[in-house]
Amino acid sequence: MLPFLVDRYGNPSGGHTVARAARRALDDARERLARLLGARPGDVVFTSGGTEADNLAVSGVASGAGTVLCSAVEHPAVLEASLAAGGRTVGVDHRGVVDLGALAEMLDEKVRLVSVMLVNNETGVRQPLEAVIALVRERAPGALVHTDAVQAFGWLDVASLTADADLVSVSAHKFGGPKGVGALVARDRASLLRPILRGGPQERERRAGTQNLAGIVAMAAAAEATVRDREKARLRVRELSTRLVGGILEAVAGVHEAVSQNDRIDAICNLGVEGVEAEELLVVLDELGVCASAGSACASGAVQPSHVLLAMGRTIEEAKRHVRLSLGHATTAADIDAVLLAFPKAVERLRS
Amino acid sequence: MRVLVGLSGGVDSSVAAALLLEEGHEVAAATMKLWGGAGDSGCCSVGDVDDARRVATQLGIDHHVFNFSEEFEQRVVSPYAEAHALGRTPNPCIECNRHLKFRRFLDRALRLGFEAVATGHHARITNDRPDGLPRLLRGHDAAKDQSYVLSMLTIEELARVLLPVGELTKREVRARAAALGLATATKPDSQEVCFVAAGPGQGPRRRFLGERIELHPGRLVDRATGAVVGTVAAVELVTVGQRRGLGASALGRRYALEVDPASATVTVGSEDDLLTDHVELTGRTWVGGPLPVGAVVLAQASAHGRPRLVRLTDTGVRYLEGPDRRVAPGQTVALYKGDEVVGSGVAA
Repeated sequence: MLPFLVDRYGNPSGGHTVARAARRALDDARERLARLLGARPGDVVFTSGGTEADNLAVSGVASGAGTVLCSAVEHPAVLEASLAAGGRTVGVDHRGVVDLGALAEMLDEKVRLVSVMLVNNETGVRQPLEAVIALVRERAPGALVHTDAVQAFGWLDVASLTADADLVSVSAHKFGGPKGVGALVARDRASLLRPILRGGPQERERRAGTQNLAGIVAMAAAAEATVRDREKARLRVRELSTRLVGGILEAVAGVHEAVSQNDRIDAICNLGVEGVEAEELLVVLDELGVCASAGSACASGAVQPSHVLLAMGRTIEEAKRHVRLSLGHATTAADIDAVLLAFPKAVERLRS
Repeated sequence: MRVLVGLSGGVDSSVAAALLLEEGHEVAAATMKLWGGAGDSGCCSVGDVDDARRVATQLGIDHHVFNFSEEFEQRVVSPYAEAHALGRTPNPCIECNRHLKFRRFLDRALRLGFEAVATGHHARITNDRPDGLPRLLRGHDAAKDQSYVLSMLTIEELARVLLPVGELTKREVRARAAALGLATATKPDSQEVCFVAAGPGQGPRRRFLGERIELHPGRLVDRATGAVVGTVAAVELVTVGQRRGLGASALGRRYALEVDPASATVTVGSEDDLLTDHVELTGRTWVGGPLPVGAVVLAQASAHGRPRLVRLTDTGVRYLEGPDRRVAPGQTVALYKGDEVVGSGVAA
């Protein structure tokens, strides 16, 4: 991405030589990313990240008549946009998987958009997107389907899993790209989105504003590397994750997984620890060199009980005992060893 | 010592953290998120937490945010509303100190391996007793003294608390903050009840309580004649001792003597009717063990109220220098010997 911050600084919307070079780079990146997402180049709208992509999908479609439905465990970028559009949420079961029976009952010809994420960002649980799409096509043929694939792209074959979705969001920093850049795939019936940022005609009048060219080029490169290595990385992380969770469950009593490994991707391990508050566990783990997280941060930076766990039927007290350990492409076996040393130590310290 | 300082985002706790560092302690900071919900306004708002975080980075210390909003609701806000519904006048800052700052926060600090907590309160804790146990004294700056809101602490808690700015005046605190270039140097002092929006008159409190309890219009009944002499919009908002909004009689201004929401009645009378020679106390606490009945101490019934000489009775205190106005039920009465806090109770 560096050349586009230094020598090749042209604005892709301009007409002169430097601008044309920038335009070429933008078009190339769009084609490469479209291919990796199973979309046509014209379907790809570059955004400032996952939140904007989700917002554009929901608000861009919900501007017309009709209701929005989304699962209760969506990322706030979908949930809040949906609530703002007067949308309703569809419940989930104890694993956090969207309740298809409830969805079926809520679907009618008035529904305009259904948004269900591919993988949940807090529990890693996988959603049955194919079944959701089939249900929507059958019961509300006029409705569009959006899926937030932000958490999925690093680990799953998003191109094929979302081939039948109308709208798909991704974010570069979740697969090794820079922060602050993402994309929304808006295909066929969904391609005429009403913009939420107004101004110039960029992105086929779906997203005004000069494109973040350096970020976009970097995102395309990161996406290529991700898809190329995805299966290998997935298997590697699967092994690490299995050892991590198995090791913690063996070493520490009163720990349980929010979602069992079969229902989730391997990169996100969400653990409930009895007798320990997550807020305290995070402080001690941090002290011992382990960066973990819990719930979601509110504006003040305070940890809020996870809306995902609450939607899964956990009480506030239970939700406050959950921590999240995430694995990435850079996670090593030595990192897992370190966590397996630190985690029991931290829990023991807080329980004593 | 490993000290966890409670950074509120105000200037006092900022300087407290700086002073602890200067004294060579190993310092980390935490801000309690107590109020605000998703929207965040008022005390411990996003802005305050940001200020606290900024000060921590300026001082180069770790900063954490502890979300105690449920406990705050349960221990402070909800009892505040319930007390009003009973016609009492609670002191939420004291309940927050009692249950949150010096229990929940302190317990967590100890679990996390800290040896003490520190706050920016203007009061002093010394260890100059012959037995080496701590004493709680008024702050050096009489106008800013906050020993009243700490009067329910016990020796066990005081032994784990540091109050570094108690030796300074407020002016000195601001000068220190400015000299250190701290982001909070010129931040205004905080308002009285942090979870009730700031604003003039009764409006904010009425709006806040109106959302949580039923407010009832009531009658003003003259104690001497039994006659109904007026009405109030909400009995629950009247405080014993209140004068404002109650009108006047031929004998002078009226004061609230009793507040009884159950019968929607406020008994009113003259200032003399308000005088009493004793205060009944419930929930008494003692810093270092109970003092004997008959002991002579000073009693202070509000944050900056005038201390009155009293004698301890079985159930409260008796004024020694003539009667005084009745203390509103629910208010904390702090007991002192000279500048030293010896205990507290809540007016019945």
